[in-house]
Amino acid sequence: MAKELERAGFPTATVTSLAAVAVKVGANRIVRGNRFSHPFGRPELPPAEERAWRVELVRTALRALRTPVEGPTVFEPPAP
Amino acid sequence: MPAAPWRLIIEMRIVHYLNQFFAGIGGEDRAETPPDARAGAVGPGLALQQLLAGEAEIAGTVWCGDGLVADGPDDVLNAIINAVESFAPDVVVAGPAFGAGRYGLACARVCAAVTRRLGIPALAAMAPDNAAVELHRHEVLIVPTAATAIGMKDALAAMARLAPRLGRGEALGPAAVEGYLPRGRRMNARAAAPASERALQLLLARLDGRPFASEVELPRYERIPPPPPVTDPARMRLALVTECGLVPRGNPDRLEWVRASKWLTYPIDGKQTLAPGDYEVAHGGYDAAFAAEDPDRLVPLDAVRELVRRGELGGVLDAYYVTCGNHGILGQMAVHAREIAADLRRQHVDSVLLVAT
Repeated sequence: MAKELERAGFPTATVTSLAAVAVKVGANRIVRGNRFSHPFGRPELPPAEERAWRVELVRTALRALRTPVEGPTVFEPPAP
Repeated sequence: MPAAPWRLIIEMRIVHYLNQFFAGIGGEDRAETPPDARAGAVGPGLALQQLLAGEAEIAGTVWCGDGLVADGPDDVLNAIINAVESFAPDVVVAGPAFGAGRYGLACARVCAAVTRRLGIPALAAMAPDNAAVELHRHEVLIVPTAATAIGMKDALAAMARLAPRLGRGEALGPAAVEGYLPRGRRMNARAAAPASERALQLLLARLDGRPFASEVELPRYERIPPPPPVTDPARMRLALVTECGLVPRGNPDRLEWVRASKWLTYPIDGKQTLAPGDYEVAHGGYDAAFAAEDPDRLVPLDAVRELVRRGELGGVLDAYYVTCGNHGILGQMAVHAREIAADLRRQHVDSVLLVAT
């Protein structure tokens, strides 16, 4: 899906727990999310901290969208 | 009066398929030429006949306009197959089509139909990046050619090499050895050394920098050149797209939780967060409990809104796009994404946040 969206000209940040798979299939801007069932969640954290971490992860996606890349590139969110 | 001696030797009959151009009918202006045939070799078939020497005879040539057969109605293909059958061939060859898209599709369709319906082996020739290759290489034997007719000589030589063997009913060896495009088939063969030893030899070759070839063909994925980055997120409009299957409670549009046939959009305007209880997950591939507690763990609307409030992000489209990627068929998912992209263009979106589970 990422590739078709990019083919259509939209810079696309793919947030996924399976960054290696995303690299393999050729998505270009990849952001490492948390787990398969909750890429934007950290259920073990108190709600306020989880929310702050989620904001950081979206920030990482924005960073991916404004970064020039040549091919599949993984962007790591800041450590919680 | 007895027939000429060479007539007695040649028993193998080949039928050659061409498009209207190589059959000498005309160019693009004659692309709607209906199926037709005549006995003997035509156009590139004359050179092919020479290369076949005494091994086989081109009994007949069948042609059709590219515009009709590539994606035309079945009756066109039926007429072609009937014409092919009328020459009672032992093997059918098609092309070479080189890089020509519709001609390549025509060759592949004719070969596939000949094999399937008549049980006669068939061989097509075209460039490896001809679109027909990806579509038909699993069912059609294809020899690779250059992208243009500059490669005619080599293409005909490859056809002349394999066609008689197919006509004799010989089983071909692996693609890399025989020089045809891989069909993605695995065949049993006896190897000289056990797998462990062969794997070590591969590893040693790799470490030594010697050439090596893997025994397992890896899937090939097309590379898409990355679009240029957005200049300023604070001025861009972002769309939220996901294949995670997050839908409003009750799944009102019945998104399938496996092999989804559709994509949907749901409004998020006025919402600061995706409230627990308002959403559910239509996806058979993961545990939805974490998302049920807080759907923002899948589609991070609360964080996106916060970044808009802080001025770090210009805005977000007032609906999110969703389908379900569980057991998604690659081609179908690509269609969903292309349709979503077309819709995003109408909404003047600058970039996409795609959530993949």
